[in-house]
Formats: sequence, C-alpha cells, structure tokens
Amino acid sequence: MSVQGPQQVLELAAVGRTFGEGATAVAALRDVDLTVSAGEFVAVMGPSGSGKSSLLALAGGLDRPSSGAVYVESTPLAGLGLNELARLRRRAVGYVFQDFNLVPTLTAAENVALPLELDGTSTRKAHRQAADALRQVGIPELADRFMDQMSGGQQQRVAIARAIVGQRRLILADEPTGALDSTTGQGVMEVLRARADAGAAVMLVTHEARHAAWADRVVFLRDGRIIDQAAAMHDPTMLLTQAGL
Amino acid sequence: MSIRHSLLALLQDQPRYGYQLRVEFENRTGATWPLNIGQVYTTLDRLERDALVAKEGDDGEGHVVYSITPAGKAEVRNWFAAPVERNNPPRNELAIKLALAVTLPGVDVQAIIQAQRVASIRALQDYTKARRDTAANQRAADTAWLLVLDSLIFQTEAEVRWLDLCEARMVQQAQAAGAARKASNGATEDAPLNADIRR
Repeated sequence: MSVQGPQQVLELAAVGRTFGEGATAVAALRDVDLTVSAGEFVAVMGPSGSGKSSLLALAGGLDRPSSGAVYVESTPLAGLGLNELARLRRRAVGYVFQDFNLVPTLTAAENVALPLELDGTSTRKAHRQAADALRQVGIPELADRFMDQMSGGQQQRVAIARAIVGQRRLILADEPTGALDSTTGQGVMEVLRARADAGAAVMLVTHEARHAAWADRVVFLRDGRIIDQAAAMHDPTMLLTQAGL
Repeated sequence: MSIRHSLLALLQDQPRYGYQLRVEFENRTGATWPLNIGQVYTTLDRLERDALVAKEGDDGEGHVVYSITPAGKAEVRNWFAAPVERNNPPRNELAIKLALAVTLPGVDVQAIIQAQRVASIRALQDYTKARRDTAANQRAADTAWLLVLDSLIFQTEAEVRWLDLCEARMVQQAQAAGAARKASNGATEDAPLNADIRR
C-alpha cells in the first residue's frame, strides 16, 4: 500500500496571504515555512483567526498566496493554470471539509467515485476504487445509501472516503470532527492515521488537543505565524518516567 | 497514591514477597508509577505493625512471604467501597505557577501558557501513540494499562483545555482593561502583564 513519489509531498515556502489592500489589509498568514512528508501526519492548532483554514486552503490549491510558494509533490502551484490545478487537486489532493460537501442526490459510492469520474476514469473502475475507499473507512455496506439515509458520522466517513479514493498522496482535513460525537471523532482520526501510516501526507486543522495528539507533529499558529511545534518523543522510557512523577 | 492499599489489595489475591508485589503492581498499572523496593518493604513493615498483614515465613529461597489478615481484608473492602477523597485536591504545580504568574508584575503569562501547551500536547501525543500501539496488539493483561492510559489522556486534555481557557480569560481581561482604563492601584500590575497579549 505504500505510496510512490517524492518524500516531501507538501511544501510551503515563505508563504504569506493578505486580504484587502492598503490601510485595511489584513495579513492572515506571514512568512510560513512548512513541509509535510509522505507518511507524516501534521496537525495545525491555533486560536480562531490565527490562519489555520487559510493555510489549508493554500496547501490544497483552493487559494493562492500573496507571497511565497506552495509545492505539491515538487510542482509549484503558482505555475499551474486553473484546469491543471483542478486536475492536480482531483488526482493528488483529498480535502475533508467540516460540513462534508457531499452531493445529496448521489449515493455514497457515487459521491466517492465522482472525482475519479470527473478525471476521466471509467465508471466501472471508479466504482471499484470507491468501494475500496468505503471499506477503508469502515462502511462498505452503505455504498448504495443516499445522504439523507445516513447519520452525520456516516456522512463524514463518506467525505473521508472521497478524500482518500484513488490513492491520493496529500490529505487535507479542516476540523473534520466538528459535528461529530467523540467516539465517531476518534474513528475519523483512526482513518487519517491509517492513511498516513500507509504513506500519505496528512494535514489536519483542529482546535481539539485530543485529535491533534494523533499527529506526528503539531504546529501552533498565532497571528498567521508558526510560533511552536511539538513532535512526539517516540520513546516509551521517557513516557513512563514522565508519568511516574 | 496509596501504596499501602495497593499492596494490601495484591496480597488479598495471594501471599507474596516484596519483590513480587512490586512487579505485580507495575504490571497492573503499566509501570506508570514505578515503585521503589525500599518503599515496598517500609510499607510492609507498617502493615505488619498495624496487624493488616502477617509474615508467613520463608519461601525456601530466602524471600519473606507476607499474607493478608482478616483486618487487612476489611481495610481493602473499605478502600474499594469509599470514593477517593477530594476534600484535599492534589497539589497542582501548574495551577500554582499560573496563579502566581498572573499576580506578579513583569511576568509574560502568555509565554508560560504556550510553553506548557507545547509540553502538554507532546505528552498527549505520546500517551495517544502508546494507547494506539497497545490497543493494536491487545493482550488480556493490557486492559489495566489501557485504563491508566485513558486516564492520563483525559487529564492531559483537561490541562490543555484549561490553558486555552486561561489564555482566553487573559485576552478578555486585557481588552476590558484597555476599554475601561481603570486608574486603580491594580493598574501598575496589569500593564506589564497584559502587554504581550495579542490575538
């Protein structure tokens, strides 16, 4: 299941994003350097208005930076036209939104297969891959259900299946557990963690410490700047000594 | 932590000698709170003095084996039956540190909060990873360790949420102070404290 390709899947180099002009300009991000490698799970935390969602939008090519550069698998996004950018997003980038953004008139399998079909994959192949993605998120039996026949947690799993379908190398998630109870929220983290362990680069924006704790690295944003990072120690002896008090 | 009651509870299971008690305690709590063997022997001496345990003699290899007395069993029953006392909250160094920091001039409270937040999240990452790894290859003996890990995860999460609240309160306070500009004797202390608070 390992993913081929460059080690460094996402790179933000001196990225800035300013909204508005002149005296009323607001800097949402300033001089942000951040990389996410294949197999790495990075969580971004920070208070409201710190720039978390702006960062994710730039990383997924949904927005363009005012300064600096964004690379996805070494491709500078600035050099891509709108069509090329859309194609890269469909093929390499999976995006999980807080409010799911699923099409209500399509079944779960059709929603998941949609980006592949838009990209020219045959319906049959797209549906086979969609079934695989639904299995990975633990709801293969719900493939033929419509959205109004599913709970919020199930819909979120469909949204995640759509984000991981077709072996995407970069998965971006914006508060994906916002509307879910804590057990379902943990299920979402398990899926994201499994994708990273299988070789994808995962970036999660969250304000929940217990979800950020699933990441290999936690980045803290404040006023549009990265002010700190925390990496797990991966050293059980340290863990025990620390807890031993 | 009540070492006294923990050792008694383990002796209720079966008679044991000091080193066995230590190993058994650490196995059942995932070695989260390492016991020093000296503590074990001192505690056993006291339990014997209070007639809650009795020496059974030598196990043939030079180990002194202890067994629980009827009074000891009653003590274990009471310990399990009674909720953990809360009228004496355990000393919380972080709460004490922040309580002092907000009342002293010239202390960058936000920096203290952020440094602690990074450390707490790092601990939370490690507990979460340990929980994931343990749950993935769970053996029967891991049930106790998973419970202890869950407890550590909840405590650490609560700490981070409390830090977020402290920070939000300080921001509110700074904004209120800025709006009101009260010229009381607290003003000189408030100024340097809140100078660094930005949002």
